Amino acid sequence: MPNVTVTVNGKSHTVDVAPETLLVELIREKLRLTGTHVGCDTSQCGACVVHVDGAAVKSCTMLAMSADGATVTTIEGLANGSTLHPMQEAFREHHGLQCGFCTPGMIMTAVDIVNRKGGNLDEHTIRDELEGNICRCTGYHNIVKAVGAGARAMAGGGKSAQAAE
Amino acid sequence: MYAFKYEKPWSLAAAAALLSESGDAKLLAGGQTLLPAMKLRLAGPSTIIDLSKVPGLSGVTREGDNLVIGALTKHVEVMNSAEVQKSIPALAHLVSVLGDPAVRNRGTIGGSLANNDPSADYPAAVLALNGTVHTNKRKIAADDFFKGLFETALAADEIIERVSFPVPEKAGYEKFRNPASRFALVGVFVAKTKDGVRVAVTGAGESGVFRVKEMEAALAKDWSPKAIEGVKVSASGIIADLHGTADYRAHLAGVIARRAVAKAG
Ligand SMILES: Cc1cc2nc3c(=O)[nH]c(=O)nc-3n(C[C@H](O)[C@H](O)[C@H](O)COP(=O)(O)OP(=O)(O)OC[C@H]3O[C@@H](n4cnc5c(N)ncnc54)[C@H](O)[C@@H]3O)c2cc1C
Ligand code: FES
Ligand code: FES
Repeated sequence: MPNVTVTVNGKSHTVDVAPETLLVELIREKLRLTGTHVGCDTSQCGACVVHVDGAAVKSCTMLAMSADGATVTTIEGLANGSTLHPMQEAFREHHGLQCGFCTPGMIMTAVDIVNRKGGNLDEHTIRDELEGNICRCTGYHNIVKAVGAGARAMAGGGKSAQAAE
Repeated sequence: MYAFKYEKPWSLAAAAALLSESGDAKLLAGGQTLLPAMKLRLAGPSTIIDLSKVPGLSGVTREGDNLVIGALTKHVEVMNSAEVQKSIPALAHLVSVLGDPAVRNRGTIGGSLANNDPSADYPAAVLALNGTVHTNKRKIAADDFFKGLFETALAADEIIERVSFPVPEKAGYEKFRNPASRFALVGVFVAKTKDGVRVAVTGAGESGVFRVKEMEAALAKDWSPKAIEGVKVSASGIIADLHGTADYRAHLAGVIARRAVAKAG
């Protein structure tokens, strides 16, 4: 079986994988990091979003083999010990979740938006950028609020996501 | 997903050799179309040839009057390219409304063109701008490249290397998104070049992207939305499905074409 070497949340792993293994399967089943979810498995819902070399990708739509040599950040990599990342804290504060299934993907996407666009995001931008993330519970209003607040908190000197990657 | 053999060649020649050796191998670019198809078992290639390590397939350059985009250039790179924004802003806009950020971070122009989805955005740009698809074997003009539903002129062992676009005087792209999938229900790309005007419609044709010659003639005389007000797109050969009837899409094509011209200025 071929192997891949990936650095996930700062830790390097070399793992044997069958070629058809998806990145999300490597993360959940081999590394047992089950915070990254599989919602649709058809590339639409965004529950599986992680950062690969600093860019948000749907980990259900990338082969583990294609991630060889890459640096991956998952939802588990955001918090600093027991202190939540400002974006996680904002989701809690603003009730940006109900069942929570979409939340890991929402937060990874949200952090990526802030990394690209900065901390001052208007509602239109947030809704537009969340296009690839589907939530079946909340109706999105509180997610949008949480992303806006989390973005301001990240810009305001909270632990930056870049530092986490 | 069915099991397959995974190859990651380091040169175009090696990729081409692998492709012609194995009858049903598939090239992997961004995987944003191929992997979903494999997961649904609509595709089951024996070998996957990952192009990501093949050098020279990525990036945007301006060569004289042409904008040249490598096949492996990701949607996000085209969207953010200062050269694209300067030379053909309509193209940068097109990519900004293609898929979502995560899809744009992986998907490529070469994969989109090779796939030729009837609702994809890039085919409209290549056809309207009279682009040329450069492969490891030849150059294929846009008018000869798109052959029908998910069909192109590419041979089974042919690899797209890059796409060149003559820089137009004016161009505009307008997309009416399917509210669920966000693919084009109808998308129209219009371009005015020194060789004339071209209008390409995606999302609507049963055989994929197509040109509307009557609109081209009208716009050649008078480049304005008004000039094509009277031009009707025939509903024959237009997609009809639960998202819209053929008549609806044909009508929409006219509306969207006028908006595309207005946008081009
Ligand atoms: C949720 C979602 C939303 C999307 N929305 C849109 C949208 O709104 N508009 C739109 O246009 N597209 C959309 N797409 C499709 C997206 O643009 C894909 O990235 C694109 O169609 C395929 O590019 P890829 O690089 O991912 O190709 P892959 O999936 O890797 O490959 C696709 C096909 O092309 C072949 N191929 C790849 N590269 C080459 C090459 N260099 N030479 C020859 N053959 C090659 C492959 O063998 C395969 O058959 C969406 C996809 C998803 C998952
Ligand atoms: S599980 Fe990956 S997009 Fe839904
Ligand atoms: S909170 Fe349940 S899917 Fe979003």
